[in-house]
Amino acid sequence: MMRDLPSSVQAKPRLGTSTGWIGLLFIAPFLLCYLALLVWPLLNGFWLSFHAIDLLSNMGRWVGVTNFIDLLQDEMFVRSALNSLLFAALCTPVMVITGLALALALNRPGRTTAILRGIFFGAGVLSVTIVTLIWRLVLLPERGLLANAMHGMGMAAVAPLNHEWLALPAVALATVWWGIGMPMMLFLASLQQIPHDVYEAAALDNTSRWRSFRHITLPAIRHGVILVAVTQMIAQLQVFGQVQLLTQGGPNNSTRSLVMFVYEAMFEQWQLGYAAAGAQALFLLMLAGMSLQGWLERRAGKAQA
Amino acid sequence: MNPNLTNRWGNRVILGVTIAAAIVWVAPLLWVLLLSFKPNELLAQRTDILLAPPYTLKNYSDILGTSLVFRWIANSCVVAFGQTMLVLLLSSLAGYGFARTEFPGKTWLYRFVLAGLAVPQTAVVIPLHRMFADLGLHNSYAGLILPGLAAPFGVFLMTQYFKAIPRDLEEAALLDNASRWTVFTRVILPLSLPVQATLGIVTFLSAWNDYLWPLISATQSDHYTLTLGLASTQTNFAQSEGLGFLMAQAVFAAAPVLVLYAYFQQYIVAAVAGTKVR
Repeated sequence: MMRDLPSSVQAKPRLGTSTGWIGLLFIAPFLLCYLALLVWPLLNGFWLSFHAIDLLSNMGRWVGVTNFIDLLQDEMFVRSALNSLLFAALCTPVMVITGLALALALNRPGRTTAILRGIFFGAGVLSVTIVTLIWRLVLLPERGLLANAMHGMGMAAVAPLNHEWLALPAVALATVWWGIGMPMMLFLASLQQIPHDVYEAAALDNTSRWRSFRHITLPAIRHGVILVAVTQMIAQLQVFGQVQLLTQGGPNNSTRSLVMFVYEAMFEQWQLGYAAAGAQALFLLMLAGMSLQGWLERRAGKAQA
Repeated sequence: MNPNLTNRWGNRVILGVTIAAAIVWVAPLLWVLLLSFKPNELLAQRTDILLAPPYTLKNYSDILGTSLVFRWIANSCVVAFGQTMLVLLLSSLAGYGFARTEFPGKTWLYRFVLAGLAVPQTAVVIPLHRMFADLGLHNSYAGLILPGLAAPFGVFLMTQYFKAIPRDLEEAALLDNASRWTVFTRVILPLSLPVQATLGIVTFLSAWNDYLWPLISATQSDHYTLTLGLASTQTNFAQSEGLGFLMAQAVFAAAPVLVLYAYFQQYIVAAVAGTKVR
């Protein structure tokens, strides 16, 4: 309000509101990096996706939307895109439900719960290489931990990574093991913002655990739920390291993901423009995911009002 | 009385189930840890032996003796520390500019920077690869560090934090004719240590664990980071002749990070809990 007036009119000018361009000097170093390393490559990638360019010759020729039409007719691309969507659809609900269940169970002070929180969050600090190495050893046919456990229970061992229908769920399992810490922490943070007296009032009325969860907890943390669901969806749509290291996209392309498709189009087939077009498709999927978040947030806001 | 009693039993059951889940959660790590001390020849036949002898340290000495692993650790340290320091510097400066100064178009510029949060790594790696090839930056520290500097998250975090610092502190200094730069270094930075730690940890972990960009940019094995280097040694996995060796590799790479994590856990937890939810 004061800020909107010219500084000469203000009775008591606020320092820092009329310093001219010095603020831009503080921002300039980051801005240069941002323009050179993100904005420019992004525009360049967009431009590339309308060209046919060979990685070796580096000569491009304008082909319009041909790359995009080719993508839609490319069985491998469609398969990869569907795999990425399926993977995100497998992981997201599990992350949300497991993360929320852990947060509810561990949302109390004490040494035991602190240690348990540490255990579930701990795997998240490992790199994808280590996580996939551990899980390949766990899922190894005959000699893996899973095979040993199944033998121990008198069952025939399966090797999920060699199985066309089980491979993607197995990668999802490893991913949930790796990444559950973040959703759990986000839910814990939102749970701790609920005022305690609401529960005390409910306890006086003999409200059951389930009812107070349905009618108090869930409405109070719905923004957290939307946030976790959408960030997980966006993260899992970009799955790459796990599939490349665990299954190399197999068996029979059942785990080949969109990012893996882009990587291979670029570095194995050297079709630069085609790869760039594939990357734009992923970008579109993510933008769709984010608009979904905006829409859900607005709906949640309306429901509250 | 009664609901209280059921409540207490309910709590115990929930805690019990959670502890059981935690045991399942650490089981893969423990199994890998125990088997890493077994001879490879034994593991070729059976892996259902845990505590019984024989034990060996050969798997670990093989890691140290035969690979570039120390070089990769050094590379990872340089890249992760370098990227963290530079991100902290750039984000603090920009955060101060956005939070505490005025210039025409600032609001639009801030929105323009935040829009970058929506850009996936995949959408920029191909042009970045070309650009870095033209500049001759592949297989160099600069090539590994630079792409991480265009991260808008740090600017967002710093701006939000600096906005919350009371203006009076700064105004007293400005009235004493201190320059903007002095205010930034003497007043704002010392007050922002918690958020510097938060952003530092988040940046360090993501730089240390990044896989896609090093895979693209570092093509010579002595320029690999640890994440990439270990991935490169696991190609002949199907034969799994050296199971114990692979187990030892997993432990060798996981242990330092897990120990660091245990040590800094409270800061990491605060970082995560404090930054991602408004």
